[in-house]
Amino acid sequence: MERMPRWADVLLVPLISLILAAAISAIVILAIGENPWNALKIMVTGALGSSYAWGYTLYYATNFIFTGLAVALANHARLFNIGGDGQATVGGLGVALIALYLPWPHWTLALLAAIVASAAFGAAWAAIPAYLQAKRGSHIVITTIMFNYIAYALLTYLLTGPMKPSGTMETATAPFPEGTHIPSFRDLFSHGETILFRGTPANVTFFVAVLACVLVWMLIWKTRLGYEIRAFGFSEGAARYAGIGSTKIIVVTMLLSGALAGLMAINNTLGEAERLILNAVEGAGFIGIAVALMGRSHPLGVFLAAVLFGFLYQGGAELSLSTSIPREMVVVIQALVIMFTGALDNMVRMPVERLFANRRARGTPVAPLAGPTAERAPDRAAPPSTPTTAE
Amino acid sequence: MALDAASPSAAPPAIELRGISKAFGPVQANRNISIRVMPGTIHGIIGENGAGKSTLMSILYGFYHADSGEILIDGRPTRIPDSQAAIRAGIGMVFQHFKLVENFTVLENIVLGAEDSGLLRPSLARARRELRQLAKEYELDVDPDATIEEIGVGMQQRVEILKALYRKADILILDEPTGVLTPAEADHLFRILGNLKAQGKTIVLITHKLREIMAITDNVSVMRRGEMVATVRTADTNPQQLAELMVGRKVLLRVDKAPATPGAPVLEVENLRVVDAKKVERLKGVSFTVRAGEILGIAGVAGNGQSELLEVLGGMMRATGSVRLKGRPLDLSGREDARDRREVGIGHVPEDRQSEGLVLDYTAWENMALGYHHRDAFANGPFIDRPAIMKNTIDKMQRFDVRPPDPMLLAKSFSGGNQQKIVVAREIESGPDLLLVGQPTRGVDIGAIEFIHKQIVALRDQGKAILLVSVELDEILSLSDRIAVMFDGRIMGERIASETNAGELGLLMAGVTGEAA
Amino acid sequence: MTKFTTLLGASAALALVAGAALAEPAIIFDLGGKFDKSFNESANAGATRWAEETGETFAEFELTAEAQREQAIRRFAEQGKSPIIMVGFMSATPLNEIAPDYPDTKFVIVDAVVDQPNVRSVVFNEHEGSYLVGMLAAMASQTGTVGFVGGMDIPLIRKFGCGYAQGVMAANPDATVIANFTGTTPAAWNDPAKGSELTLAQIGQGADVVYAAAGGTGVGVLQTAADENILSIGVDSNQNYLHPGQVLTSMVKHVDNAVYEAMKAGEAVETGTQVMGVANEGVGYALDDNNASLITPEMKAAVDEAAAKIASGEIEVHDYSADESCPAIQF
Repeated sequence: MERMPRWADVLLVPLISLILAAAISAIVILAIGENPWNALKIMVTGALGSSYAWGYTLYYATNFIFTGLAVALANHARLFNIGGDGQATVGGLGVALIALYLPWPHWTLALLAAIVASAAFGAAWAAIPAYLQAKRGSHIVITTIMFNYIAYALLTYLLTGPMKPSGTMETATAPFPEGTHIPSFRDLFSHGETILFRGTPANVTFFVAVLACVLVWMLIWKTRLGYEIRAFGFSEGAARYAGIGSTKIIVVTMLLSGALAGLMAINNTLGEAERLILNAVEGAGFIGIAVALMGRSHPLGVFLAAVLFGFLYQGGAELSLSTSIPREMVVVIQALVIMFTGALDNMVRMPVERLFANRRARGTPVAPLAGPTAERAPDRAAPPSTPTTAE
Repeated sequence: MALDAASPSAAPPAIELRGISKAFGPVQANRNISIRVMPGTIHGIIGENGAGKSTLMSILYGFYHADSGEILIDGRPTRIPDSQAAIRAGIGMVFQHFKLVENFTVLENIVLGAEDSGLLRPSLARARRELRQLAKEYELDVDPDATIEEIGVGMQQRVEILKALYRKADILILDEPTGVLTPAEADHLFRILGNLKAQGKTIVLITHKLREIMAITDNVSVMRRGEMVATVRTADTNPQQLAELMVGRKVLLRVDKAPATPGAPVLEVENLRVVDAKKVERLKGVSFTVRAGEILGIAGVAGNGQSELLEVLGGMMRATGSVRLKGRPLDLSGREDARDRREVGIGHVPEDRQSEGLVLDYTAWENMALGYHHRDAFANGPFIDRPAIMKNTIDKMQRFDVRPPDPMLLAKSFSGGNQQKIVVAREIESGPDLLLVGQPTRGVDIGAIEFIHKQIVALRDQGKAILLVSVELDEILSLSDRIAVMFDGRIMGERIASETNAGELGLLMAGVTGEAA
Repeated sequence: MTKFTTLLGASAALALVAGAALAEPAIIFDLGGKFDKSFNESANAGATRWAEETGETFAEFELTAEAQREQAIRRFAEQGKSPIIMVGFMSATPLNEIAPDYPDTKFVIVDAVVDQPNVRSVVFNEHEGSYLVGMLAAMASQTGTVGFVGGMDIPLIRKFGCGYAQGVMAANPDATVIANFTGTTPAAWNDPAKGSELTLAQIGQGADVVYAAAGGTGVGVLQTAADENILSIGVDSNQNYLHPGQVLTSMVKHVDNAVYEAMKAGEAVETGTQVMGVANEGVGYALDDNNASLITPEMKAAVDEAAAKIASGEIEVHDYSADESCPAIQF
C-alpha cells in the first residue's frame, strides 16, 4: 500500500532521520564542550571537500557497497545474511592466494582473477549455511554469524603461521608482487602537474562496485532468477505453488550474496594494503546490514547509503585528527545515524505517512493507525490511497 | 427504490447517519449516505467487496472521519473522533480479524484496555462476575481462564462480543462475522444475536451473504459503489432482488449450463495416500476419475483431506498411490514440482489465492506470469520478457473483466473477486487439459462469482476436465456434473449432480454412509 | 574545490615553516585505543609524562580503521609534526613506504623494525622479561602447574608465552605450563569475562599462578585469580597494585619510557633500532610494597641472578619470533 509518494519514501524519510541524528549529535558535542557547527564543517570538508577527502570516502563506500549489496540481495529472498564479515574475510584469502602464488603480467588480469577468486571464496563460505538452511532448516542468522567466527579463526591461523612471512611480527601476508598492483584513483585521475587523490586508498575497485550495483539491479528486476528470488521472498507459499524450489532459491541467493561480500576483499586487499592483513574487513559486513536497511535493499539506495557511511567514516577520522573530540564520540555519532536511519526508521516514517494521508484526506485528521486501517485484509474496502479497490 | 424502514417503536433510531461522505483521494468511498437503525433490531448492511460498507462502519467507530455529514446516537448528535469515543457512545465492534492477545486468557483479554485502576486483580474479579452474568443472559459460554490460543475461532468471536458487552455496548457492529465459522458455529452465533436483540441491544450485521441477511435481519440496507441504494424490510424482499440491488443489474444465482458430454478419462487417481509432517494420515486411499468435458465436484467439510488432494495433484505435496494424466503416470515422490505439473497440462486455481495463487506484493503483470515465467513466451533467455507479459496481461484483464484493468497495480490492491479473476484468467488461459479449482469463490462478490462460474463451465464445454473442490455445497451442486464427497481422508460416495440433493450430500459429509439417504 | 586544495596546501606549507621553528611531536595509537590497559595506555602514560614535565603539547590520533594508518602518518608529517611516534607492529609496512616521502621528519615505531634512515625502531625483548616472571611463577607455585592467558593469538603474544614457559622450566623442570588464548579477533584484547573463564578453567586443571598477557582481558584474569585465592602476574605496566598481595609480580615493558625518551629527544631523536631488554631495563619484573611479601629473598636472588646472566649473554632466552617455534611449550 503506497501511503506516500515514492520520493518521500526514499529521500524525505532518510533525510529527516539524518537531520535528527545530526541534531542529537550536536547536543552530544555541545555537552563535551566542542562547537558542533565547527565539527560539521570539519566532517563535510574533510569527507567531501577535496579529491583527497573523496579518495577516502569512496574507498570506505566501496567496501560498504559490496557488503550492502550482499545483505540487500539476500533480503529479497527474505534471508538475513549476517555473515558478510566472514565471507569477505575468506574472500580476502582467495585474493591473497592468487596474488601471491600465481604470476601476473598485468594488473587487469590480476583484477579479473581477484574478482573470480574473491567471489568464489565468499560464495563457498556462504554455501554451508545456505545448505543447512535449505535442507535442515538451521536458521541462516545463526549459522552465518557462527561462520564469521570460523572465518576469523581460520585467517588468524593462516596469518600467524602458514601464510605469514617469517621474521615479521605483523599478522599479514607478504606484500603482493608488482604485477597485482591495481591503479588507485591517483594513478587514474592525476594528469600532468595536477595530482589528485594524493595518498588516498580509493582505487579501481570502486568501479567494480558500481558495476556490481548495476548487475544486481538487473538480476533482481530484470531476470527470471530475480523474479523467482523476489517471489520466494514475498511469499513462500506462492513460490511453492509456482514451482519455484526453495532449496534452489536459498542456495543460489546465498551463493550470490556471499560472492558479493567476498568481492569487498579486492578493495582492501588488492587495492589498499597490497597484502592480506588480519583485520582487513573491520566489521564492514555488519555495516552492510545498516546500508542495506537504509538503502531499502535497492542497489541505488545501497550506493547512496554506502557513500553516506563512507562520509561518516572519513568525516569521523578528520574530526579525530582536527579536534579533541575523542574517537568514542565519533563512534557515537556513527551509531546515532545507524540508529535513526535503521532501527528507528518507523519513528520518522509513520508521522510522515500520516502527514501525507492527512493531506490526501483534505486536512481532516486521521486517527492513529490502530485497528482496521493497519490490519485490514487486502480484499476489504478502500484503505486510504488505494484508490482502485473501490471499483 | 429507496424504501423507508418502518420503525417498530416510536423511539428515536439507535443510530442515524445523515449525509455521510468520505473520499480517499480521488475515490469516493462513501457518498451522501443516510441510514436509520432502529433500537432493538438486527440491521443488515449488504454490498459487494469495495462497496464502502467497512468504511462506513469505520467512520461510525471513529477510525475515519467523515468529510461531511452527521452522526446521531439515540437521537443526539454525537462526534466520534476516535474509538474511545465510540465506546463511550455505547458502540461495540467485532472485527472480521479478531484483536485478541493470543497468550492471554479470555478474562485478561476482556479486561485489557478497560481496567478499573492500575491494579489488575480487582478488575479481573469484577470481570469474572460480570462474565458469568453475561454468559447466562446470552448463551455466551466461554471458559474465562482458557488462553485464546487454546480455544477455537467460534469461541474467540464470543470473546470479542463479550469484550464489547463488558464495555457496556448497546449497539454491536459485526463485520463479516461468519466468514471464519463452521455452519454449526454460525447457527450458534445467530442464536446469540437473537438473544441480544431480545434484551434490547441493537445489532448491525455487515455481510455479503444473502442467506444470512434473509435468516436473521429485520431490515437490510444495500450499498453499491459507495452509495446506499436501498433500505428495505427483510420480510418484504428476496435474495434475487437484493442481489440485483447489490450488483446493479440482473444476476444469475444459478449456473446456466448444458448437460455434460464426458469423453475419455483425463485424470485417474487410485489409492492415493498422504501422511503429513506430523505423521497424521490425511488421505487414506482415495480413488476417482475425471473425464474430459466434465466437472467433478469434491464436497466436504473443510479439513477432510480436500486441500491435500489438490496439493498432491498440483505438485506441492508428496504422496503414494497412482495418478495418471491422460494415461501417463505422474511422479508423486516429490521429485516433480508444481512446474512439472504445469508442463504436463495441469492448471491450478489454489484454495488460498492470497498465500499461494498470488504474490500479493507483485503487480498484476508479474502475477500473470507466476508459475509460467520460465516459458518461452514470457522469457527472453535469462531475462523476463516484460513487454510480452504486459501485453498478455492487458489482454487477459480485458477478457476476464478485471477491474481496474491496470497491470501495474499490486495484487493486494485488488478486491477479492478481481484477485481471483487474475488467478482464474492465468490458469484457464494457459490451456490446461485438467484444471484443479479450489474454493473458487471464497471471499468473492456475487458479480465475480457469476463470471468465474461461467468461465469454468466454458472450459468444460471445450472438452477439458475440471476437478472442483469447494466447501460451499450450493456451489458444488450447481456447478458439478458429478459429485464425490470426502470425509476423513476418504471418498464416502459419488453421486450424479442432477440426481442428488443437499440432504443426501450433507449426510455423506458427516460420514454417514449406507443407502438410508 | 581547487581553491580549497590550494588553501590546504598553503596551510600545510605554513605548518611546515612553523614546524621548523618548533616541531610538535605526534603519537598514533593502535586500534585498541589509548586506554587499552596495555601498550597503548603505557605509551600514552609516557607521552603525558613528557607533556607534564615540559609543559609542551603533542598531537595524537587513535586509529579506528586500517586505512587510517597511512592517512594519519601522512597528515601529521604534512603538518610538520616530528617525531611522529606510532605504537604497534601493524604500522611497520605503511611506515616503510611513507617514511622516504618525508625525509626531514623523524619517525619512531614501537614493537617493530622499519629499516629507513629517518626511523627509530624500538623493540622489546618481551621473552626475557617473561622468562623472569616465569621463574617467579614456578617458584611460587605449590602445585607445580602454572597458567598463561594470552590475548589474541598472534606471534607477539606467543613470544611472551614462550619466554614465560622457558623461565618456568628453568626454575622447575617438572612444572606444567597451560597456555590459552582469549580469541582470534581484536576483541580478544578486551574481553575480561573470557579472561575470567579461562582462568577458572586453568585453576580447574591445577594452576595456582596465572600470567596474563592479554591487554584489557587481563583485568578479568587478575580479578578471578584474586577471587579464587591464587596468584596472578600482570603485564606491560606494573599491575601489582590492582590486587595487593595477590598479584605475584608484573612483567613490565617500558613502552612509556621509550615514548618519553623519543619525545624528550625531539627532532634530534636517534634513528636506528633500539632493543629494550633486561640489560637496559626495557623489560623486567616489578617489585614494590604490594608484592614484597610474596617474593622471598631466595626467589629474588634467583631471579636477579638470571637477569644478570641474561644481560651478560650467559643465558640466552629463545625468541619465538626468530624461528616461530618454542622449545619449552607447544602452542
